[in-house]
Amino acid sequence: MRLSPFTDEHDLLRKVVRHWAESEIAPHLADWEKQGDFPDSVFRRAGELGFLGLAFPESAGGQGGDFWAQVVFLEEIGRVSQAIAMVLSVQTDMATPPILEFGSDRQIERWLKPALRGELIGAIGITEPDTGSDVASIRTRAVRDGDDWVLRGSKMYITNGARADFITMVVRTGELEEDDPWGGISMFIVDTSLPGFEVSRKLAKSGMRMSDTALLFMDGMRLPADALLGAEGEGFRQIMWELQGERIGVSIFGVAGARAILDQTIRHAREREAFGRPIGQFQAVSHRLADMATEVEAVQALIYECCDLWTRNVYATEEVAMAKLAVGQLCNKVADAAVQTLGGAGLVEGTFISREWLGMRIGRIGGGSDEVQRQILSRIMGLA
Amino acid sequence: MSGLDPLFLEEHDSYRQAARLFVANEINPHAEGWEEERDFPRTLFERVGSAGFFGAKFEERWGGTGPDYAAEAVWIEELSRSLTFGTTSDLGAHSQLAALYVDRCGDDDQKERYLRPSVEGALIGAFAVTEPGAGSDVNGIATRARRDRDEWVLNGSKVFITNGSWSDYVVAAAKTSDSPPDNITLFIVDADTPGLERSRMKMIAWETSHTGELFFTDVRVPDENRLGEVGSGFGHIMTNFQWERLTMSLSAIALAELSLETAIQYARDRTAFGRPVIKFQVWQHRFADLAVRIRTGKALAYRALRLHIAAESGVDVPRDELVRVTSMAKLFTQRLACQVADECVQVHGGAGALREYPAQRFWRDARVGPIGGGTEDIMRNIIARSLGLGTA
Repeated sequence: MRLSPFTDEHDLLRKVVRHWAESEIAPHLADWEKQGDFPDSVFRRAGELGFLGLAFPESAGGQGGDFWAQVVFLEEIGRVSQAIAMVLSVQTDMATPPILEFGSDRQIERWLKPALRGELIGAIGITEPDTGSDVASIRTRAVRDGDDWVLRGSKMYITNGARADFITMVVRTGELEEDDPWGGISMFIVDTSLPGFEVSRKLAKSGMRMSDTALLFMDGMRLPADALLGAEGEGFRQIMWELQGERIGVSIFGVAGARAILDQTIRHAREREAFGRPIGQFQAVSHRLADMATEVEAVQALIYECCDLWTRNVYATEEVAMAKLAVGQLCNKVADAAVQTLGGAGLVEGTFISREWLGMRIGRIGGGSDEVQRQILSRIMGLA
Repeated sequence: MSGLDPLFLEEHDSYRQAARLFVANEINPHAEGWEEERDFPRTLFERVGSAGFFGAKFEERWGGTGPDYAAEAVWIEELSRSLTFGTTSDLGAHSQLAALYVDRCGDDDQKERYLRPSVEGALIGAFAVTEPGAGSDVNGIATRARRDRDEWVLNGSKVFITNGSWSDYVVAAAKTSDSPPDNITLFIVDADTPGLERSRMKMIAWETSHTGELFFTDVRVPDENRLGEVGSGFGHIMTNFQWERLTMSLSAIALAELSLETAIQYARDRTAFGRPVIKFQVWQHRFADLAVRIRTGKALAYRALRLHIAAESGVDVPRDELVRVTSMAKLFTQRLACQVADECVQVHGGAGALREYPAQRFWRDARVGPIGGGTEDIMRNIIARSLGLGTA
């Protein structure tokens, strides 16, 4: 019985990623958050270092590693910043896997390979101003015109949206039929350099301010025939597949972030003195942190079981929904306990804890809200 | 190789089927009657023994089929889904505590006399540390054993001892000197030894369990029944706590699963405002949340189980990690079982208070969990210490 899912090679990779995260990302986070921006070079560097295609096959420009290599990557970025983990995970777990899974050789050459090298930045486009998790209700529409497609509509809350070179976008191409609520949806690779694409607004957020989150507008944008990703009308099934990887990804870096917050809070509780002793000597504080550590350990165990199913190609919709829900709750609980334990220091702008506390609130909304996960689980459990 | 090693193999699946069948045929048909009578027959031990379910973690030379702790976990999970948790607890205390202590600490003669018949179910064992004045604070026990030539003379009392009122033998902890920590020793005391008096405690939970009080008045125990070295008791107790807490974690998860299934079934059958209660989204989502918590707790308990299996098979598992994760599993799962059982009572409405429905029993039985085997605050103390935090 081995005690860790990781091999020595993974441990080595962890060292390399950690070094990068601590030397090239962590020192800038306070500035980036203040500016509400971060440089594109983060993607370029991650690509140069081979981090953007760790679990992609070599034939598609990846490193040919297993999924646990991607787990290592997401954990190490999640340790320093949920915001940067999110933007990189959009690249590695959301925008690009559908191209590998459903794309043509041409699309893999044109979009996937440069994306894994960090030369192109991708985004995933599902949510719209009027619809989020209810994918069947999306209104952005692509209509055939000769060999081309004409795209009209808007997309909302799109991470990397303002800087993306391409957006893996879910679009309506057929009518919503009552007997087939999943039909009429297709996926496209939208080249944002084409005329008719407009970033309407970069949204100012309460947390993860450094990541760009955009409202996008497509006004009769003309797409070539090979912008269609996979088969016409198959988009719903394709995006449901994508969402599994997306939710696993955010769960992995989420729990790593919670653990990092916990570790820092424990260090604080050992050092900070009040009433003549370290606050960690007070049972009320030590028990709170014991509870938080237990939550982290438990959810971590759940996530690793989930990752293990994933690597064995088990399509674990139930476990993935559980993981997403559990991690969202965990992060908010742990971050709140951290702020409480740090006292005033937990509320100072520019610190790790305050930044992550604000950022983690997004985890219970993005990628399918808590309520959506509960709804999925209700269906799987045969309740709804 | 990356990834998690599988915990259960194919052979464990068939073991699970057999265990499930045993519980369905030999226990559950009688569960309501036993609960009504607050009792169950001693012969159940023999039936469990002859079916082989006391044997998974013991070697063949003592009548077992192991050691296979994954199989033992399977038995615990299935047994804990019985509809009479007090019965589960008696069977568990016999096997996971008394018999295991004899196995871990005993010599061959003691194993021949106590372990083999325990595996067969011919003898019932109890394990006694807790006293009126000391529970988790093991060093606070007041029962004393004084050496008198080839015998030890025990005086003191024990409470909350599962199987205490009807066991054939008791593994009892007593102080053998005044200088801690090496001043506690374990003894195997035959129940018919003069001077040992016992009574059954009337509890609001685990109602079929034979939880007892023991009174030792000049109870003479031969030195050949001393279990382990003089003064080794505290160490043995601290070590075996880990397995006990893990079994309680697996048990609590099974009880929580059973409570959730029962709750969901009731919500399907019960109509309110013109539709089944299950059609209300708040109940769907509440059940979904509980399912996530159960699955999370189970993942944690399984992580602890992996550490135990690894340690048993000779892998160098850091003891700190084993203790920390096991304590976390116990902390997480016991209160969880209470929460799930509480929602099970809630969905039953008025019927949640009726003894004819099992919901109230799950709720009462689960409540022992955060207290027995080390309270939840004791778990937090242990975890906090492992994090380098004080517990003043």
